Amino acid sequence: MAATVIETPSTRKEKVRDWTKPAAMAIPKEGYFSVKNGRYGPLYPRTPACHGFTIIAKIKPGREETIRAYGKTIETAIADMPDALATLKLHYLRWVLFDIGKDTYFMYQGIFDTDFDKYTEDAVALFKKVGVNTVFENLEGFPEDWKTNVPAFVKFVREHQCPSFLEYGEYPYETADEIKKALQLKAKFSEMLDLMQ
Amino acid sequence: MAIYSASLPKSVGRELPKADAASLEFEDIQHFLIHRSPALAARYEFLTFRKPAPGRAWLRTMTEKVTTAAAVRSGQLNTRWVTVALNWNGIRALGLNDHSLASFPEEFRQGMATRAEVLGMTGANHPEHWKGGLASADLHAIVILFARDVPERERCRVEHEKFLSQCQGVEVLSSLDLEAIPPFDYAHEHFGYRDRLSQPAIEGTGEEPMPGSGPAIKAGEFFLGYPDEEGLSAEGPKPEILSRNGSYLAYLMMEEHVGAFRDFLRQHGETQDEQELVAAKLMGRWRSGAPLVLTPEKDDPKLAGDYQRTNDFDFGKMDPHGYACPLGAHIRRMNPRDTAANMNRRKMIRRGGTYGPPLPEGVPEDGRERGIAAFVGCASLVRQFEFAMNVWANDPNFHELGNERDPIVGTQDGTFDMTIPKRPIRKKVKGLPAFTTIRGGAYFFLPGIKALRYLASLT
Repeated sequence: MAATVIETPSTRKEKVRDWTKPAAMAIPKEGYFSVKNGRYGPLYPRTPACHGFTIIAKIKPGREETIRAYGKTIETAIADMPDALATLKLHYLRWVLFDIGKDTYFMYQGIFDTDFDKYTEDAVALFKKVGVNTVFENLEGFPEDWKTNVPAFVKFVREHQCPSFLEYGEYPYETADEIKKALQLKAKFSEMLDLMQ
Repeated sequence: MAIYSASLPKSVGRELPKADAASLEFEDIQHFLIHRSPALAARYEFLTFRKPAPGRAWLRTMTEKVTTAAAVRSGQLNTRWVTVALNWNGIRALGLNDHSLASFPEEFRQGMATRAEVLGMTGANHPEHWKGGLASADLHAIVILFARDVPERERCRVEHEKFLSQCQGVEVLSSLDLEAIPPFDYAHEHFGYRDRLSQPAIEGTGEEPMPGSGPAIKAGEFFLGYPDEEGLSAEGPKPEILSRNGSYLAYLMMEEHVGAFRDFLRQHGETQDEQELVAAKLMGRWRSGAPLVLTPEKDDPKLAGDYQRTNDFDFGKMDPHGYACPLGAHIRRMNPRDTAANMNRRKMIRRGGTYGPPLPEGVPEDGRERGIAAFVGCASLVRQFEFAMNVWANDPNFHELGNERDPIVGTQDGTFDMTIPKRPIRKKVKGLPAFTTIRGGAYFFLPGIKALRYLASLT
């Protein structure tokens, strides 16, 4: 396959991607190579680890256990409704609580296939449905009127977002949908071979 | 795109169905987004206010001429319908205080020209090529006139011209005359596609949604001050009298390159039937209006005009792979139906018409300007209109297609493709030409009547 050329200052269109070779990408401090504006602010490029964000925010004092309890909430929600988060096109989610001195911080790391700017309103609606919204309400600085004020919610996310400076992908750029399709095909093919015995 | 209908709708001459009278304030809402007027001609005038006082005086007089939703619903026969809307620069030019000005949404304050990149309006569609002063800081207001016919439009044009000549300090930056094009049996645009077959019904107006459209949409999705599909009333600009019963409009003037479009059909289809199929695959409906999902192999004009059937289909269940209606076709992008989340938050109301002389079949491209000039109405430009342009029309990776934009309204520069799913092997048209070019656009606020009076009486 041709060499991959992804968004850099000198290219405007994303070209063919090569999933056969692991790849890494160093990213400038701002999180993007050149300013390209989405509806709510600058866009971040697709990397070998697709799209994502790392939100780090201080929690309101005494809320640690409340936040931890959401682990079970989400586990149950997904067990009941496995496709609940389908709109976000997630690969992975990691929620972490850690201390710096006397303060406790919450880190929300997501890796997904669509840039956050596009599906912001859908994400907010989804959070409400799955019950994730109230996790955010335990964070300092989270806007109280976030339900009717999507721009304020986006502002909070962007202000607490810490862009990566390095991302690596074992099967770079591939979407969760494509990976699942490939796995399904493999399973069906194996079944077919079995039937031909 | 939307055109005005040639025949009078059944509602004219008798009262419209009783709505929940306690909810929508029809006497305060302008008619524009609530009612489709049976107009055959129209005129848009884009104005600038050189000074606040004359601007307010002009607005004071015009407000009394604006057609309200109540006036239309009462069943009285109108021969003209007047609409007034302002952009952010215009509201500022009238003298609104800074605090209130800052309470308008970010994208409205920036204006469409500044948001061009977000909307995907690059290359030939970029505001640096726009006409009529629409990208200039001088654009302040628009008067939209719908008229029963061309003579009535001309009568109103002269009347407004006389009035303006007495308003020192209010000037016309540019104007556009519109007319329905033949044949007049149904609304259509210059490429020949029938229009207006899919529109949301607003809850509280008493209008019944078309089968396949889902339930009526909450008024707050289109008008400020009412509960929306989330059950809440989004914050509008301050003070409340300014925002209540108002809406936002995205205006687009889109030139249609009819010669290039017909060349393309001929290039990709040998027979008339084949060419009609190519046209249908681009749009998602045959030019008659019949939806491909319901009739994928041959046209069905009767189905097209049957409002009980023409919109009664979905994509996810009936055509998941796009064998009938390609995944990237225009109507599938503008309304993904059951293949997208939160569709009730993405509805918009369209109004508008055709400008320029029609190009008869068989006549080569004559280079004359023709196209559509239309408005998209909603309560949130960023959530509704901008989402549709950014995520559906101009995202090359919509539906994971990779390198495709909307074939009709997307920004095409000859480097994007169009996939037409077929068994066994799909067909991929490479290097789609641009059938349209955006010649102008703007974001306007469509105030309620009390809001117009409030602005006219600022000091």
